Amino acid sequence: MAAESVLDKSRAARAALDGVANEPGASKPDPLLVADDITRAFGGLKAVDIDHLEIQRGVITALIGPNGAGKTTFFNLLTGFDQPDSGTWSFNGKSLKGIPSYRVARLGMIRTFQLTKVLAKLTVIENMRLGAKGQRGESMLAAMFSWIWRTEETSNTERADSLLGRFKLDTKREDFAGSLSGGQRKLLEMARSLMADPELIMLDEPMAGVNPALKQSLLGHVKSLRDEGRTVFFVEHDMDMVRDISDWVIVMAQGRIVAEGTPSNVMANPAVIDAYLGAHHDSNLSVEDEEARLRRVRENQETAGE
Amino acid sequence: MDWGFILSEAFSAAFGPTAAVFALAAIGLNIHFGYTGLLNFGQAGFMAVGAYGLATSVQTYGLSFWTGLGVACCASIVLALLLGIPTLRLRADYLAIATIGASEIIRLTVASDSLLDTFGGSNGRSGFTGTFADLNPFTDSLDLGLFTLRPYTAWVALVGWVLVALACLITWALMRSPWGRVVKSIREDEEAVRSLGKNVFAYKMQSLVLGGLFGSMAGVVFALDRSAIIPSDVATDTTFYAYAVLLLGGAARVFGPVVGSILFYFVLILLGTFFAQATRGDTPLIPDWLMTSQQSAIMRFILLGAIIIVLMVYRPQGIFGDRRELAIDGR
Repeated sequence: MAAESVLDKSRAARAALDGVANEPGASKPDPLLVADDITRAFGGLKAVDIDHLEIQRGVITALIGPNGAGKTTFFNLLTGFDQPDSGTWSFNGKSLKGIPSYRVARLGMIRTFQLTKVLAKLTVIENMRLGAKGQRGESMLAAMFSWIWRTEETSNTERADSLLGRFKLDTKREDFAGSLSGGQRKLLEMARSLMADPELIMLDEPMAGVNPALKQSLLGHVKSLRDEGRTVFFVEHDMDMVRDISDWVIVMAQGRIVAEGTPSNVMANPAVIDAYLGAHHDSNLSVEDEEARLRRVRENQETAGE
Repeated sequence: MDWGFILSEAFSAAFGPTAAVFALAAIGLNIHFGYTGLLNFGQAGFMAVGAYGLATSVQTYGLSFWTGLGVACCASIVLALLLGIPTLRLRADYLAIATIGASEIIRLTVASDSLLDTFGGSNGRSGFTGTFADLNPFTDSLDLGLFTLRPYTAWVALVGWVLVALACLITWALMRSPWGRVVKSIREDEEAVRSLGKNVFAYKMQSLVLGGLFGSMAGVVFALDRSAIIPSDVATDTTFYAYAVLLLGGAARVFGPVVGSILFYFVLILLGTFFAQATRGDTPLIPDWLMTSQQSAIMRFILLGAIIIVLMVYRPQGIFGDRRELAIDGR
């Protein structure tokens, strides 16, 4: 019963997106993450310059864009791994300005990394246990007396084992994380972040370096995150994945949000296809080309919005 | 050539106070470098504040031995905080530079002429062991079969090895716990740890303080053993002895530093005594044209260095280490 109501909620969250305008900075009915006027410059280059963005609660939102569009920088800014030059942003109504990254994580916003960060010389199960939040045994004094944290450790281990089972890593339990393949590391990182029971999970290129067979199961795992009531926000280049699983797509280029909408709407936008997904998506664009295309994207969005 | 004498010298060094001192210093380094990945090149600085904290309190200011111990501990905590606050947010290499600089600053400060009345310049401090010697339960020399320790040396050795045991116990208790898991994870990748909601800076600071505290205890035992402390005792080569001990035994292993220290001093003194004997007398084992007795004094360091190089090539994980761990370096 409870599981079904979570699923219903998740469906309702998706359905609520139907009424949202397909334009950059569109306001959502139930935003979890709201960002305003975020800018970050590296020297003369404005890497991120976002006027307004809302992430709907309980859905899968994709962030796409060409290389160097500022997607990962934006992720870093949101999660406290980097501080913006200006702007405000909030999670669940709580402002995150100036909050260090570890506090952001404690609030329920857990990220993964483009270059997977597993703890190589720790076993898979130890990697998992690390993810659990608020462990009493992590304070130095309590750590010396095992009776203080033994029960907590056992229950964390049970949770870790069930997650490892779900992500098909249970056979690797005692292996060093450094001995896992690239795809397995992605799975481990995702499973580990679930140990912290995040409300929002931010995946930075979850499909990079993953073989096609594993890709399908990864897709399933990301969907299951949403179905259990979590919000997913991910950066991805793999268009199959974006089309397959995202409920909402945000397109970034040159630090700005240039388009936003449902996958079908964004992908039908000819300029988006042309500039980022189509024939030229893996070739280098000149700055002039890119600016011309950006203009077209914006015009298209305006006409779509009318 | 008296092999019995050579062996008994080597054994008494391996289980004597000096080996305990370097075991303690290396346990501290093990917490820093082996477990947390903090590159501390200034363990001699922590030993210095420990040794001088005790010696100066007692000799210069006439405080009690116990107050001196307290000062030694507090001084090492203050040093760890001073070093950690500016550098622990930066990459590991900055800590390495800051620690080696700080330990040299400490050494040059205690050696300086303008502070002669406080720290005794290059003569250092002495005459602070009264209370400690009074507590000595050994009235006769301690005969352990293989070797004999004089009463005072036996007492320092006992205290030193008890401290080593205590430090090992604390290390073991911490490193099997969730706290230990966090610091080992920081060694592997601190951003990942941060992304999971752990305050990396606080953990690194705790590790720096704890390892520094062990270092200062090493300094205290060192000073007690010699009944004196001089600036050159806490030069940078002291830090590198501690690193040699740590790597010999195997980093990130509880007993690595202990076994490393015993072995290091056993081999060092074995070689030293052997070469001293082999170049002595009218018809020395090693003829004069090949090596004089002055030259033989440094042979032990040359050979020990070579042994460590060979060990690093064929057993880079040290004696206790796990080769599988070294094979993994993929991030």
